[in-house]
Amino acid sequence: MSERPRLGVFKFASCDGCQLALLDAEDQLLQLAGAVRIAYFLEASSRIEPGPYDIALVEGSITTPADAERIQQIRRDAKFLVTIGACATAGGIQALRNWSDTDEFLRAVYARPEYISTLATSTAIADHVRVDFELRGCPINQQQLIEVLQSLLAGRRPRTPTHSICLDCKRRGTVCVMVAAGTPCLGPVTQAGCGAICPAYDRGCYGCYGPAVQANLASLTTHLIAKGEAREKVVYRLRGFNGYSPEFRAESDRLESIEEREG
Amino acid sequence: MSGRRIKVQALTRVEGEGGLYIKLGPQDVEEVCLEIYEPPRLFEALLRGRPLEDVPDITARICGICPVAYQMSSVHALESALGVTVPPAIRQLRRLLYCGEWIESHTLHMYLLNAPDFLGFESGLAMAERYPDEVNRGLRMKKHGNQLLEVMGGRAIHPINVAVGGFFRLPRAEDLQRLVPDFEWGLQAAVETARWVAGFEFPDFCRDYQLVSLAHPEEYPMNEGCIATSDGESLAVGSFENEFEERQVPHSTALHAVRRHAQTPYLVGPLARVGLNVDQLSPTARRLAVEVGIAWPSRNPFQSIVARALEVVHAFEEALTILRDYQRPAHARVAYDYRDGRGCAATEAPRGLLYHRYDVTADGKIRLAKIVPPTSQNQAQIETDLRGWVPVALQDDDDAVARSCENLVRCYDPCISCSTHFLRVQIERP
Repeated sequence: MSERPRLGVFKFASCDGCQLALLDAEDQLLQLAGAVRIAYFLEASSRIEPGPYDIALVEGSITTPADAERIQQIRRDAKFLVTIGACATAGGIQALRNWSDTDEFLRAVYARPEYISTLATSTAIADHVRVDFELRGCPINQQQLIEVLQSLLAGRRPRTPTHSICLDCKRRGTVCVMVAAGTPCLGPVTQAGCGAICPAYDRGCYGCYGPAVQANLASLTTHLIAKGEAREKVVYRLRGFNGYSPEFRAESDRLESIEEREG
Repeated sequence: MSGRRIKVQALTRVEGEGGLYIKLGPQDVEEVCLEIYEPPRLFEALLRGRPLEDVPDITARICGICPVAYQMSSVHALESALGVTVPPAIRQLRRLLYCGEWIESHTLHMYLLNAPDFLGFESGLAMAERYPDEVNRGLRMKKHGNQLLEVMGGRAIHPINVAVGGFFRLPRAEDLQRLVPDFEWGLQAAVETARWVAGFEFPDFCRDYQLVSLAHPEEYPMNEGCIATSDGESLAVGSFENEFEERQVPHSTALHAVRRHAQTPYLVGPLARVGLNVDQLSPTARRLAVEVGIAWPSRNPFQSIVARALEVVHAFEEALTILRDYQRPAHARVAYDYRDGRGCAATEAPRGLLYHRYDVTADGKIRLAKIVPPTSQNQAQIETDLRGWVPVALQDDDDAVARSCENLVRCYDPCISCSTHFLRVQIERP
């Protein structure tokens, strides 16, 4: 095959941090740029080529009517669509509006909310189109992104771990912050990938890689509440960068309904 | 004859998504709109009711390129609301962290986004084929900025170590010491970068700017100071909302900022910072500021890249001093009690002054948040400059005009995700 695979990088509602992970791959960047043809990457290049694209990296969540349309075209143009980051895979921090009155949110930020076109919700890409692979994290891990690209270039399915942060803390030799210091930590229910950074910096995990497989959310929240954390605070803990992922959402909704019942 | 319209659908090599629309009348430029269609994410609204400790991590997500700026302005504003003063050692480590972000953000902009305009390439990657040594130098400088962020913050994008009152964990002396040889190389590379970019050809385009940045009697402004302007004002940060006003315009999801009384635009960012604080630059940066032959303050937006390069020299030099002298303090952070209150702070993000204000409740929650990012402050000035620039560029065909307007917009390093709470170029001609 003489033609290099065509790569497109697309942005929806997001902070740009996940696509920056690509530009931050300083040591591999020029090599990578040689292995693929960068056909669409607004942040990096003024050359804009139409589809089809062999690989589409999609950052950000769907929050406007126009973006709900745009993702459909990107799906039609993309052979293999990879969502990168918590916004694209779970709606991101902006999905907190999903529990609120978005019109009231708009009025809080803008004097003329009528100028702003936005949906009532922030939703994951998979809620709109078929997604071939999801890369978690807020932000994604650069090495995982490179693994995904290298796998796809080699024609194999990417492999990323699905176990919880706890295992990585053990591997790293980090003393458990919850056991040793009583610091609330989402590590037991959060998927690995970041390198278990927070506990190594003496703080609890805040769940930026989203739910691990078969995470027992109720067990952890029951423990946190038994150790004295207010239920309302546990709800906020779950409603973070992956708050709208099905697992975190179900548990925070369950706790909230108890809170409303019992006060 | 129908109106000539020039439109850039999607601005490239900027952070976030926006466009540019220019409508030309028979004699004059009728309309210039920097259109920001970046979807709003409503941060100020979603912070309300949350524990105040969540704020630095959440506001970091406003921007993946300058998360430290959001963390810095937010913790300083919250500490002001709580009546907390951090000790000098913590203050210095915050400057060190900020140096890492200035290096990473400025180097990304100079080498991958802005230099290709001066040398005629569509991207930094395309430029690398002709200028491999320069691009590799830039990438290595950026890498060292990111390494500093990783040591100080746990990771380069959305660091996890900034806390209200200080840090979660203090860096070990040996981890900082290990960075010294690369930062010595970085300082030299930054000097070469400043000489390289100062040799670019700058269009003759000087503007009547009011420059605005923090200023501090003893240091180059980063985390604190008063707000200085090129008209000789020195304003307390607490008076920001009396002096500067955000207005909403129909074509943008970003708010436009102007001076409240005169209703005039102003400029924040590296050009303003160097212009107002050249004497506070580090010794090597100060010598270079003279050597490059620009009379500061420069009012030519195209020379922003030189200001950025001088700041990278400064950041490497100041970081080196801190890295060499570091002794681990006894405590990572200052304890505090909740109280009902209000606090505001401004720090210097790579793109300019970033203002935050928070009202907090007696049980430690956010009642109200206000965030004024540098790009929304610059947006009115960018449109004003485009109005001035279009007539200079108009002899060319629409594609060339669009390209040259886009080049100008890139000089401000607009950060569209930040300002949206910001780019397409579109031109209309008669």
